[in-house]
Amino acid sequence: MKHAVYMDYNATAPLRPAVGDAMNKALEITGNPSSVHRFGRLARRVIEEARRQVASLVGAEANEVIFTSGGTEANNLALGSFDGAGIVVSAAEHDSVLGAAPGATIAPVDGQGVLDLEALERLLQENPPQENLNSPPRLVSVMLANNETGVIGPVAAAAEIAHAHGALLHCDAVQAPGRIAIDMASLGADLLTLSAHKMGGPQGAGALVARGGVTVVPVQRGGGQERGFRAGTENVAAIAGFGAACDLAGDGIADQSRLAGWRDDLEARIGACAPDSKLFGAGAGRLGNTSCFTMPGVASETQVMALDLAGIAVSAGAACSSGKVGVSHVLRAMGATEAVASSAIRVSLGWQSQAGDIDQLIEAWRALYARAGAASAAAPAA
Amino acid sequence: MISTRDMNVPATGNGEAPPVPSDAAFNSLGIAKAPADTRVVVAMSGGVDSSVTAAVLVEQGYEVIGITLQLYDYGGGRARPGACCAGEDVYDARQVAERLSIPHYVLDYQSRFRAEVIDDFADAYLRGETPIPCIRCNQTVKFRDLLATARDLGAEVLATGHYVRREIGPAGPELHRAADPARDQSYFLFTTTKAQLDPLRFPLGAMASKSATRDLAQRFGLAVAEKPDSQDICFVPDGDYAAVIDKLRPDAVLPGDIVDLGGAVLGRHDGISRYTIGQRRGLGVGGGDALYVVRLEPESRRVVVGPRAALARTRVALYGVNWLGEGDLPKAGFACAVKLRSAQEPVAAVLHGGPEGTAEVVLEEPEHGVAPGQACVFYDGTRVMGGGWIRGAD
Repeated sequence: MKHAVYMDYNATAPLRPAVGDAMNKALEITGNPSSVHRFGRLARRVIEEARRQVASLVGAEANEVIFTSGGTEANNLALGSFDGAGIVVSAAEHDSVLGAAPGATIAPVDGQGVLDLEALERLLQENPPQENLNSPPRLVSVMLANNETGVIGPVAAAAEIAHAHGALLHCDAVQAPGRIAIDMASLGADLLTLSAHKMGGPQGAGALVARGGVTVVPVQRGGGQERGFRAGTENVAAIAGFGAACDLAGDGIADQSRLAGWRDDLEARIGACAPDSKLFGAGAGRLGNTSCFTMPGVASETQVMALDLAGIAVSAGAACSSGKVGVSHVLRAMGATEAVASSAIRVSLGWQSQAGDIDQLIEAWRALYARAGAASAAAPAA
Repeated sequence: MISTRDMNVPATGNGEAPPVPSDAAFNSLGIAKAPADTRVVVAMSGGVDSSVTAAVLVEQGYEVIGITLQLYDYGGGRARPGACCAGEDVYDARQVAERLSIPHYVLDYQSRFRAEVIDDFADAYLRGETPIPCIRCNQTVKFRDLLATARDLGAEVLATGHYVRREIGPAGPELHRAADPARDQSYFLFTTTKAQLDPLRFPLGAMASKSATRDLAQRFGLAVAEKPDSQDICFVPDGDYAAVIDKLRPDAVLPGDIVDLGGAVLGRHDGISRYTIGQRRGLGVGGGDALYVVRLEPESRRVVVGPRAALARTRVALYGVNWLGEGDLPKAGFACAVKLRSAQEPVAAVLHGGPEGTAEVVLEEPEHGVAPGQACVFYDGTRVMGGGWIRGAD
């Protein structure tokens, strides 16, 4: 087998060496950040340093950062703080947003996966805020960059609409750090979700950034850590790694044009090999590292398995924890038929990607297409 | 009664690995390549049989890929030892694959399993038939869809843990009963086509017994070695298929009369789907001579009962016939032995092929309890010549 090729950065990115160093240093510290003694203070210092680093990444104040175990927890903390009936989310949101607000109203996205702002406005008008001062505030949740397609959402415009209708704006920005710049103020975000491991940090650390004055309802209760919004002893080493990863986000952004060039090359070669292949979100602003495209007639999971056997790691839209694959709700929301959506894979690049990776992917993808795509064209699947 | 209950009976025997053919040009799977260059997909259910199948092929040096089909999910983490393909079993299959250091994938076949197997199962019962979902599953999700996926993955072979043998005859691959008659699963594989038989392999078909398989599982250190056999239809908890049909078709299970052969009402029933031809117990009409379910009439919702003699049948009409012998299905009359239910020993019969996949089987001696929806499988000695679905019998 050829050397392993990792092309699944949107699932998780390899740890940056400087992050590992910061984590190892933090692991050497004995002390509970909540303890009064100097051991505790040393651990506390690590957390507060990371809090400044995270805040600085998104243009927030350090005291606006609530550390969590990751993006899913941060999304649950954010969405769970609002009454489900008063929440509007885009149809392309991550499962952790959709799952955290089962009663939410879904705002459609267009064929490129971009939130339909007119529809958002209409939905907010149809459901005006209660006059009652005690009624809970409303929330609009729009992701900054889609995990499956890389499509960048119109967050600032959505925030303007939300605020005009008395709603707050939550932005799931998990896929954005190290790929595009994030500024909470210009996004107009009141709540923002971050995750360390998509940006070269460790798994198990994330944050909800809550603009001053915006409060959330804690899910985990106990010792009052994180200003009472998230009880439990902090994951000190992972948070240290998270902070270190934030400091490297600029390097990541500078690297995007290299990745985008390879991504575009990949898409051109896929198109040449399979003219019927459908490319998702290419007409919208996208992250430079992400590509989502179909192999006509060949199931996503078959592609993922075949590429894995060839030493190449990619993913199918919506993998759940058991490793099985469902049809992507994101691609369906973009108007793809079930057959098309279930033949798509996602390729996502990052800091360790090499030029030869694309060649290896194309070679394996072509071989599979010759074997399976031709067979399915000859005998259409039932 | 559910026919698949009889699939697994205790067996005895010594633990030896299946024999490996010695022909140097071909590997043990009959492929003209070195094992290391032969990609094999093993359908891993999480049970002992398919786990040992994978382990044996790994030991022989093949490039083995494990695939587990997620067929249904009851949710709620319901633990069901002894049933295949639910959450626990996916976990077990993954543990075995981990132990064997082979790639393992889970395919979500829930919607197609529901459409092709479970719905068909419920509808067949409502039509007054006695379906065999295990055969439908083999016919559709396993040997059609999974086989296609195995091909797409570049596998030469799809191996399963079924107890059945694939032998090379003068005209190509043949399907034969398992070496251990007590374990033989050939009845459940009659729909396997000649084209499907080509890439299929059943390494356990030559095993002396199930305990031999368990011994191998022990030797390979597989955690599933002591796992109980699957006893029921996988998606029917505790064998209570009536409850499953009630849930699937809540408005379709309707009460009706139990009548004798002359039409006289003997009692009431809660739905014909609770009965099968030849059933004696649970009729709730006591007294006098023993009564059996002779006929189910879905339109009038009547369960017709009568003495055992009224069950005797010699001519069985089949549809959906699969012929595994040479040439086409013989029209002129082919003497063979047939099984009309899984637990039965083959009995003498003559097969007459008809148009469009139909056939008639004429039994030498009358059979009692021939149920529409069951399979009639043809044998010539140990060889499976094919089979068909029972439409009715006279």
